[in-house]
Amino acid sequence: MFPSRFDLVVAQSVGEAVEAKADAGEGGRFLAGGQSLIPMMKMRVAFPETLIDINRIAGLDAIEQSNGHLQVGALVRHADVVASDATFGAIAAAAPWVADPLVRNRGTMCGSVAHCDPEGDWNSVLLATGADVVAQGPNGERSISIADFVDGAFTSTLGEDELVVGLRIPVPSGRSGGSYLKLERKVGDYATVAVASHLELDDSGAISAAGLALTSVNPINTKVADAEALLVGQQPSEDLFAEAAELAAAAAEPRDDVRGTAAWKRQVVRTYTKRGLAAAAQQAEGS
Amino acid sequence: MEITITINGSDHASDVEPRTLLVDHIRRTVGLTGTHVGCDTTSCGACTVLMDGKPVKACTVLAAQADGTEVTTVEGLKTADGLHPIQSAFTDDHGLQCGFCTPGMMLVGASLIAENADPSDDEVRWAISGNLCRCTGYINIVKAIQTAAARVAESSNGS
Repeated sequence: MFPSRFDLVVAQSVGEAVEAKADAGEGGRFLAGGQSLIPMMKMRVAFPETLIDINRIAGLDAIEQSNGHLQVGALVRHADVVASDATFGAIAAAAPWVADPLVRNRGTMCGSVAHCDPEGDWNSVLLATGADVVAQGPNGERSISIADFVDGAFTSTLGEDELVVGLRIPVPSGRSGGSYLKLERKVGDYATVAVASHLELDDSGAISAAGLALTSVNPINTKVADAEALLVGQQPSEDLFAEAAELAAAAAEPRDDVRGTAAWKRQVVRTYTKRGLAAAAQQAEGS
Repeated sequence: MEITITINGSDHASDVEPRTLLVDHIRRTVGLTGTHVGCDTTSCGACTVLMDGKPVKACTVLAAQADGTEVTTVEGLKTADGLHPIQSAFTDDHGLQCGFCTPGMMLVGASLIAENADPSDDEVRWAISGNLCRCTGYINIVKAIQTAAARVAESSNGS
């Protein structure tokens, strides 16, 4: 299999890439790791007329903490996230579960975020931790909160003329922990169900901030806002997490498919939410 | 477009269509058929090559993206002294049955032992988790990679 014909523009700078995108219009797509886009092009479900390769742009491959944020450049591969010492909580937990080791050597975190595959892992993780997507367009840079960025299946609120140049993820200042529990049939498969958890604790040990999001059980990565609201202000406990798990299960609307029945997936959401929050709390208490 | 890829130490300059996949370029233009096309959908890893030392699925990389990189295929494993330790270990430990996944398994194994001199079972299984063996001969594949690691460690200790 091979893609339909396209023109390739190898951009040397962000400015050049954004300009090429403006010239290409609707038929243009950015290419970073290509681990989702190239397979889609080979299957002819995507057929861009112009591909703008951003891989040669210098300065986009850093993952580091600065100004209280984890900054992730557009060319940071999943493998770089796995190897990084700058990550924390749910980010560090999720990275080794993205795709498989070879795909992780090419695919980028920002590319996955921009791709908005509803079964992708990163957008759930970022909905739980909070994050800003940094987008560059012809009129400069802007930040979009991840909750506003994820708009639907394969759809974001990114402008037609904008490139995701990085992510800015707030690093918790106090005690915190996170987890990403993913059930998959085999390495590299989409999640059957996955749950991202993020907890921050105050000095009394009560939960001061909570993030909970689900993968593969709705038409879009889902932030369970009512469970998050329930958790904040409470002391971590098994009963509390069981209550949050009920809200998560209620927020999930999985479908029967080859990976399992809807009822069973909802039960996995319940179990993984309990376990995930407990793991996050344990990590936070030990931090 | 004009590209130059260093494949197994030799520069290969070609004029390729942008849509040419790296695996097809290696097999058809360069003529090295040790790199296999299996699923062609980024799942099986039969097309694994090392790009600047890291294993990637060559069915999911454009040849144009490999411009200026160093690519190692299974043909590039052997050295002037003979087989690469990973190749002799796969032979000795019967790390293959039909052989279709073997180039990818050996390249992933070679890349692993270059970074980890004594990989555990779990570490080997983790490293090859993006490569499928339809014969399900994983036990001996894991064993062969560990044998190769031990031999490399032994020979470097002895020198």
